[in-house]
Amino acid sequence: MDTSKIIFYLLGGFILGMALLAVTEKKIFRSAIWLLFALIGIAGLYFWMALEFIAAVQIIVYVGGIVVLIIFSVFLTHQAEDDMPKTGLSRKIAAGLAVISGAAFTIHLFLNNDFNLSAIPFDSDVARIGTAMLETGTGGYLLPFEAVSMLLLAAMVGCIVIAIRPEKSEMNDSENPPSFSNPPTRNPEPVEGILN
Amino acid sequence: MNYLQEILVISTALFFIGIYGLLTRRNIIAILMSVELMLNSVNINFVAFNKYLYPNSLDGIFFSIFIITIAAAEVALAIAIVINLYRNHDSVDIDSTTLLKY
Repeated sequence: MDTSKIIFYLLGGFILGMALLAVTEKKIFRSAIWLLFALIGIAGLYFWMALEFIAAVQIIVYVGGIVVLIIFSVFLTHQAEDDMPKTGLSRKIAAGLAVISGAAFTIHLFLNNDFNLSAIPFDSDVARIGTAMLETGTGGYLLPFEAVSMLLLAAMVGCIVIAIRPEKSEMNDSENPPSFSNPPTRNPEPVEGILN
Repeated sequence: MNYLQEILVISTALFFIGIYGLLTRRNIIAILMSVELMLNSVNINFVAFNKYLYPNSLDGIFFSIFIITIAAAEVALAIAIVINLYRNHDSVDIDSTTLLKY
C-alpha cells in the first residue's frame, strides 16, 4: 500500500467522520463547525486528485463564504449553547434504515459496473479552464458563465429585499405590526418601504 | 476496486449522510447544512468522472464550478428567508412553520 492510498483513506475517513458528526451533533453551532471541517476535507480530496483550481474554489466559496454565512445566521437566530429540538428514536431508526439500504443499493450498482478508465492523464491546468470558460465555440462555457453571473446578482438583490426590516413608521401605520407575539402578517407593499 | 470506485464510495456515503440529516433534523439551518453535504458529494462525482473517464473534456469541472456558485446563491437566499421567518415566528423549527398548511 503506497502513501497516496493511505492519504486517500485518511481523507475519506476524515470527511465521513466529520459529516456524520455534523448531522448528529445536538448543538447547532458545533454542527456548523463539523460541517466546516468536512468541507475542508473535501477540498483536501480535490487536492489529492490534483485539481488545485476546484480545491481553491471549494475553500474560498464553501469554507470562506457559505459556512461563515451559516454561522452568522446561527448567531442571529439561536442561543449557541441551546440544544436543537430532538427527533424521536423511531424516526431516527427509520431514517437510518432507509439511508443504509439506499447506500448499499447504490454502492452495489457501481461496484458491479465496468468503468472504462481512460489511460490519458488529466491535464488540470488553470489556463485550460480559463480559456474554456470564456470560449464561445464547442466546449466553451461563456453563456452559462454569464447566466450564472446574472443569477448571483438576482440572488443578491432578492436577499436584500427579503431580509430587510420593515421601517418603523410603516410598522406603526399598519394595523397589525409584525411582532413576535402576533401571528405573522403579510406586509402589503414591501418594496415601497425600501425605496422610500 | 480502482480509484474511481473508491471515490464513488466516499461520495455515496456522503450523500446518504446528508439524506440522514435531512430526514432527522427539525431545524431549518441544520437541514440546509445537510443539503450542502449532498451538493458536495455531487461535486465530487462530477470531478471524479471528469478526471478518470473523460480527461480530454472539462465538462465535469465546469458543472462543479457552477454548482458551487449556485449553492452560494442558494444559501444566501435561504438565510434571508430564515432570518425573515425568525422575525415572524420567533423560531426556525420546521414544526412551527405551518403558515401554508391550511
